[in-house]
Parts: sequence; C-alpha cells; structure tokens
Amino acid sequence: MSRAALLVLADGRFPAGGHAHSGGAEAAVGAGRITDAESLEAFCRGRLHTAGLVSAALAAAAVLGVPPRELDAAADARTPSPALRLAARKLGRQLTRAARATWPSAELDALAREFPKGAHQPVVLGLAARAAGLEAVDAAYCAVYESVSGPASATVRLLSLDPFDATAVLARLAPELDRVADQAVEAARNVADEGTDALPAASAPLLEIAAELHAAWPVRLFAS
Amino acid sequence: MHLDHHHNGPAAVSADAHRKDGSHRALRIGLGGPVGSGKTATVAALCRALRDELSLAVVTNDIYTREDAEFLLREAVLPPERITAVETGACPHTAIRDDISANLEAVEDLEDEVGPLDLILVESGGDNLTATFSKGLVDAQIFVIDVAGGDDIPRKGGPGVTTADLLIVNKTDLAPYVGSDLARMAADAKAQRAELPVVLQSLRSETGVADTAAWVRSQLAAWTAA
Repeated sequence: MSRAALLVLADGRFPAGGHAHSGGAEAAVGAGRITDAESLEAFCRGRLHTAGLVSAALAAAAVLGVPPRELDAAADARTPSPALRLAARKLGRQLTRAARATWPSAELDALAREFPKGAHQPVVLGLAARAAGLEAVDAAYCAVYESVSGPASATVRLLSLDPFDATAVLARLAPELDRVADQAVEAARNVADEGTDALPAASAPLLEIAAELHAAWPVRLFAS
Repeated sequence: MHLDHHHNGPAAVSADAHRKDGSHRALRIGLGGPVGSGKTATVAALCRALRDELSLAVVTNDIYTREDAEFLLREAVLPPERITAVETGACPHTAIRDDISANLEAVEDLEDEVGPLDLILVESGGDNLTATFSKGLVDAQIFVIDVAGGDDIPRKGGPGVTTADLLIVNKTDLAPYVGSDLARMAADAKAQRAELPVVLQSLRSETGVADTAAWVRSQLAAWTAA
C-alpha cells in the first residue's frame, strides 16, 4: 500500500461532489446555532461523535470486507431523514465515479452495477480506500475528518468566518478525531462475529430534523 | 481520465464519446460568462430555435437557487423532464471545472431518461472571467459577455474570452445607451482570439439567436461526422 494514497482520498479537492454540501452547517447557521468559531466547534464536535462515528464505522467495515449491500442497509437504518439518505446516496454515486477513475477495481465496478444511483457515501468511501490499498483505520480517518471539515469550510462561506479560525477549530478537534476513528475501527472489527448490529447507531436528531427543513428552503447555497 | 478501459463494468463515462451500446452520445456544449450577460436567455432562444430539429436537454448550474432552471420551465422552452438543475454549493466554477461529478451524473441521467439526445446544453451560473468548463464535461464551450458589462472586457481577456470555442457579445441593442463601442469590442475580441469565432448578438433583433444556432449546428455536424 501507499500511505500517500490517504492524502489523495482525504483531500478536500478530491472531485467527488463534497463542495456542494455543508454537512448541516447551512441549516444550523440559518437557525442561529452556528454564529462564530466557538459555536462552529460545538456543532462539529456533536457531528463528529454522531454522524462522524457512524460513517467512520461503516467505512472501516467496508474496508474489512463486509458486503456493501449489508452496510448500505445498516446506513439506511441509521439515517432517518429521507433528505439525508438522498444526499448520502448522491455523494456515494459521485464518489463511486471518482474512485473508479482514480483506483480502478473490480469491486468498485460491481458496486456501480449494484447501486446505479449510488450507495451510502461512507460505504463507497470504504471500498475506495480498499481499492487504494488503504486500511480500515485510514478510511475511518477520512470519514471523521470529512464529518467536521465539510461544515467548517461551508461556514467560512456562509458567515464569512475568518478561515484561520475555522482551521484552528479543526486542529483543536484533532485528538478527538483520533479517538473516534479508533472507536469506529473497533466496532467495525466486531461485525465479523456480531453482524452489522455491532456498528454504532449514534444519532443527532437535530441534524436529521434540520436536514428535512433545509431541503425545503427555496433559496440555499448548499445541497445539504 | 480513462484508466478503467480494461474493466468490464459500466463505463465511468466522462469525456467518452460513445454510449454503452457503441452509438454516439449527445454533443455537450457549455455556456458560461459573467452574471446577467444573457446566458439563460441565450439557452432559451437556442432551445426554441433547435427543438423541432434536434432532441435536446439542458443542465443548469445555479449559484444558490433553481432560478435559471425555473426560468426555462416557466418559459416552457422544453418539457420539464428535459431540464435538470445541479446544485453547486455557491461555486458554479467548481461544478463545471474542478469537480464535474454532479454534472456528469445529470447529463447521463438525461440520456438514460429522455434519450437518445443529440445535444445537451450545460449552463453555468454567472461567474467570473476565469470560469471555464472542463473538457471532461463538455465538448465545446460558449462564453457570453454583454455590451453593458463594460466594453473593455474583450481587451482584458481571461480564459473565458480567449479560449472559448465561441464568444458571444450579447445585448448589442443596448450599446448606444451604455456608451459601448461595438467596433472596438469586436476588434479587441479578434485580437485576443485569433481565428476563434465571435458572434455579436441581440436577442431582441430580427436575427436573434440565429448566428449562434448556426454555430451549434456546425459543431453538431462535425461531432456526428467524427
């Protein structure tokens, strides 16, 4: 494996559609829950320990060889909001395209055939990491980082927040990213014996509810 | 782009000129340019001019709304299933150049759902003078500027003005009212673009979109013959 492949996959410029999504930040800004760097940090921390943890465990499990069909069903079960399911599948489809062009693999081809409209993004992320020769922990790191870097960069655009402040938020969260990534991999390793019920189901009800409201906004900058 | 040619899975289509069954896919033409220069109006006029002779569809890339798609729907230039809006996270230039995945899905879904298509127009939301389309997304691109945006734009150049396959200088009917020198704009454009074509256009005149439509037809003829 090449460890540098992790940098390619985790790069915010990896062309897989993430730029059009705010990870719930636009809805939170609209509701007055994110107003500055401090509240952005609280939002990111909440997202990391809920959606971030779940995504990371799904991605790690995909790297470990759990069948995508089972993981996709597990992701659906952990995503009550139809708007978030749709966003996750759209992003999964875009990542499938980008990953197939970047790291051609029979597994990704099979995934594209099985899910022509996209599987949940974390599942695809895991298979992309696998195709890139990366390990479960690498995919988990990608997922936890995405869970906070998306809202941070969106908030820079939404609030004209100082970009240095937003980046410092990410740096302060780094030790927690380490812990959540490890936790996710541990859960993913249990899937072999216990099935996908071993995956975390940490839920953030406000993210789910706000995503439904956001999807109905007539004017918005981000798709989710 | 196509590292996966040796695989048997469904093609990760982008610049590939053929459909899965081997037939020619639709020609894809991008339209970009500054805010308010008349891109959507040009797309609407092209749809009216070409819809009886060609099977066509439109993808819009709005900045923060579905305004452009809704204008086209309201004007009923095409049936609604032939118009798709891509959301760009406030950055049309990213969606048409740096990360084209959402646009590629939109064009492929249109081909699957209402195809076969001859032509897909991909419109960018108004952006800056450097916004150009990726060659992985479109086969040719049109850059639309207008006389009211300042007659020094052709002289200033930039990738849109200098490299687009067609430059439209739009709203020529307004030139006398905004003090723009059309002859100078045409001469500057010529100097920036060498042999690449320039169309001076007023959608309110009798000729309307005719010159642009003729250019699109010539592109399509070359595409089909290739």
